[in-house]
Amino acid sequence: MSASETPPKLYAAHEPVFPKRVYGTFRTLKWWILAVTLGIYYLLPWIRWDRGDKLPDQAVLVDLANRRFFFFWIEIWPHEFYFVAGLLIMAGLGLFLFTSALGRVWCGYACPQTVWTDLFILVERWIEGDRNARVRLWNAKWDLRKIRLRLFKWVVWLLIAVATGGAWVFYFTDAPQLAVDLVTLNAHPIAYTTIVILTLTTFVFGGFMREQVCIYMCPWPRIQAAMMDEDTLVVAYREWRGEPRGKHRKKQDPEAEPLGDCIDCMACVNVCPVGIDIRDGQQMECITCALCIDACDDIMDKIGKPRGLIDYMALKDEEAERAGEEPRNIWKHILRPRTLLYTGLWSAVGFALVFALFIRSDINITVSPVRNPTFVTLSDGSIRNTYDVRLRNKHGEDRDFAMSLTSEEQLELSLEGEDDLTVRVPADSTFLQRVYVTAPSGTQATTMQSAPLRLWITDVVNEDRASKDTVFNGNAK
Amino acid sequence: MSKKPVKKQHEDPETTGHSWDGIEEFNNPLPRWWLWTFYATIIWGIAYTIAYPAWPLVNKATQGVLGYSTREEVAKDIASFNEANAEIRAKLVSTDLTEVENDADLTRFATAGGAAVFRTWCAQCHGSGAAGAVGYPNLLDDDWLWGGDIEAIYETVAHGIRNEDYDDARYSEMPKFGEILENEEIEQVVEYVLSISGQEHDATLASSGAVVYEDNCSACHAEDGTGDRSQGAPNLTDAIWLYGGDRESLTDTVVNARYGVMPGWSNRLSEADIRAVSFYVHNLGGGE
Repeated sequence: MSASETPPKLYAAHEPVFPKRVYGTFRTLKWWILAVTLGIYYLLPWIRWDRGDKLPDQAVLVDLANRRFFFFWIEIWPHEFYFVAGLLIMAGLGLFLFTSALGRVWCGYACPQTVWTDLFILVERWIEGDRNARVRLWNAKWDLRKIRLRLFKWVVWLLIAVATGGAWVFYFTDAPQLAVDLVTLNAHPIAYTTIVILTLTTFVFGGFMREQVCIYMCPWPRIQAAMMDEDTLVVAYREWRGEPRGKHRKKQDPEAEPLGDCIDCMACVNVCPVGIDIRDGQQMECITCALCIDACDDIMDKIGKPRGLIDYMALKDEEAERAGEEPRNIWKHILRPRTLLYTGLWSAVGFALVFALFIRSDINITVSPVRNPTFVTLSDGSIRNTYDVRLRNKHGEDRDFAMSLTSEEQLELSLEGEDDLTVRVPADSTFLQRVYVTAPSGTQATTMQSAPLRLWITDVVNEDRASKDTVFNGNAK
Repeated sequence: MSKKPVKKQHEDPETTGHSWDGIEEFNNPLPRWWLWTFYATIIWGIAYTIAYPAWPLVNKATQGVLGYSTREEVAKDIASFNEANAEIRAKLVSTDLTEVENDADLTRFATAGGAAVFRTWCAQCHGSGAAGAVGYPNLLDDDWLWGGDIEAIYETVAHGIRNEDYDDARYSEMPKFGEILENEEIEQVVEYVLSISGQEHDATLASSGAVVYEDNCSACHAEDGTGDRSQGAPNLTDAIWLYGGDRESLTDTVVNARYGVMPGWSNRLSEADIRAVSFYVHNLGGGE
């Protein structure tokens, strides 16, 4: 088969990327973000928070078994899941806001894929050396040294990966107890399974797949394009300033076109974690990590040219700058109707959530009337209705609730299994109480189709009240 | 087996010959991974029918070499539930019925278990909500023919009413007064019963009916009409009527009598189940 008969390959082999070490403003910022985010992730489950002896004392706990979510002083029950939904909406709107203002800033700075890849590259650089050494090692034959370095690197990666998966499970049950159980092999199989899965994904995604996750797997970069416009700040190359690129020689040919500021040193390409050349313009792969800015600024300082050959800029300014005009103030790009709208929406959801958090009650009552049958005739001719009442006590201690009813009709209340109208509801739980409402013989309600009534509970400790409307069904002929 | 895919894209590949609005379909072979997966599913399917019950025969299906049976699985499940509940069932049997409500675990088990038993065995007559029907007592109210405390309910559930399989079952029989009394007397006694239950009645007839009642009915239903639980004679003064309390229904009852039966459950349900359902019924709101 001749070469001309071979169709183009549909599969592009992965080009390995060896990002070079870089120093600068954005690299420093990224180290800080890495330290803070990873610090929060690994340490948060270990913060204690005293909630009394009947509730867990872990500050942040997703208690799936008991269907509770604890976050410091906030406790979320399943019926309050709208808080989680609201937070997700805020996260979504927040991403919209940041993307329309600053482009893929999430991808470049805060995305776990980026943060853990940074950490893994840090380890890689520590063990195998910087870019040139790693390229050499990549091309080297598998000798003892290469095996030793690779194994060492993989072991360290694996330890980080285990710690990552391990930290995750601590959010779901009491962390110190689970740590002991994990070591003594007494933990639940799901804990081990979760750790294994997250260890593998961390190891593979952070160690081997890296930028491929962003390019081929993640849907977010595709969505982001819809939120960016020419005012969005992106990492870009000032082509008008840099071109034509070339090595500056002392003996410049006077006939030749004068060279631009770019000396084609490849520093920006060498540091790029996704393996692109920013000078080729805006590219799908670019996660706007800004490391090329740091790298280029460093070179510009060395050759005595102004910084900012590669810079954060709004593409709108490109034309103006090319024509020699001053770019607009950066805040004029950031503060524009789109970002202000996103900020407004984001704040509105946030305020609504905070408001909902403060008005929610610690006690609650729900009533489901028993409809099979709708009423019972008693021997003295009175009519009785039955209700399944669920009483919710969110306090960390058992509470006595006094029940009462209000109605325009003459109705009497009694509780199944209780001599009085007081129910003890266990701490942090919902209690099912069967309640009877009776219309005495001869009263109007006995023959009404339905009479509205309201059932009340009063917390005998702090006089908190809650109520629920329902109806009484009479024996209407 | 699969053909090699057409590699010569620059030549005109073979088409299926189908053409819709000038759009033709290449006759490319199926992807090889797809084809092999397809063959694998065929092999899997054959292996499955050998391993598991599959092919229907005249009387029953092939049994499969693994000996798997869904019936056995169910039996195993039932056995495991029985085993898990054995302890609390034994406790329920050994605990005095009136003491069950003092034990939270027993209460929970008897309520849930009793509800399940009720829905399975009792709901056909008494209704899934236990509200009964004409001729089938409502178990929610406070009126009981044979007694409404938990011991009495247990006795009824265990041995039934007018149940001929069990000698000591609750038994009573109302005579057919249509064969005993004159029509006039029946009319009078019905008016009397209407009067003692607080309904509209003819006072003249009722006062004559009082004598008829005294002579014929008071032995069972008591002089004041409040009935007698030891013979299952209903209270005639209250608002609850098993067969209806209007003039027509009462006349029918007096003339033809009633003979409601309930099966005994002691030979069909376990002791624990009978106790659980008794507890459940007792707690429906009418228990004494």
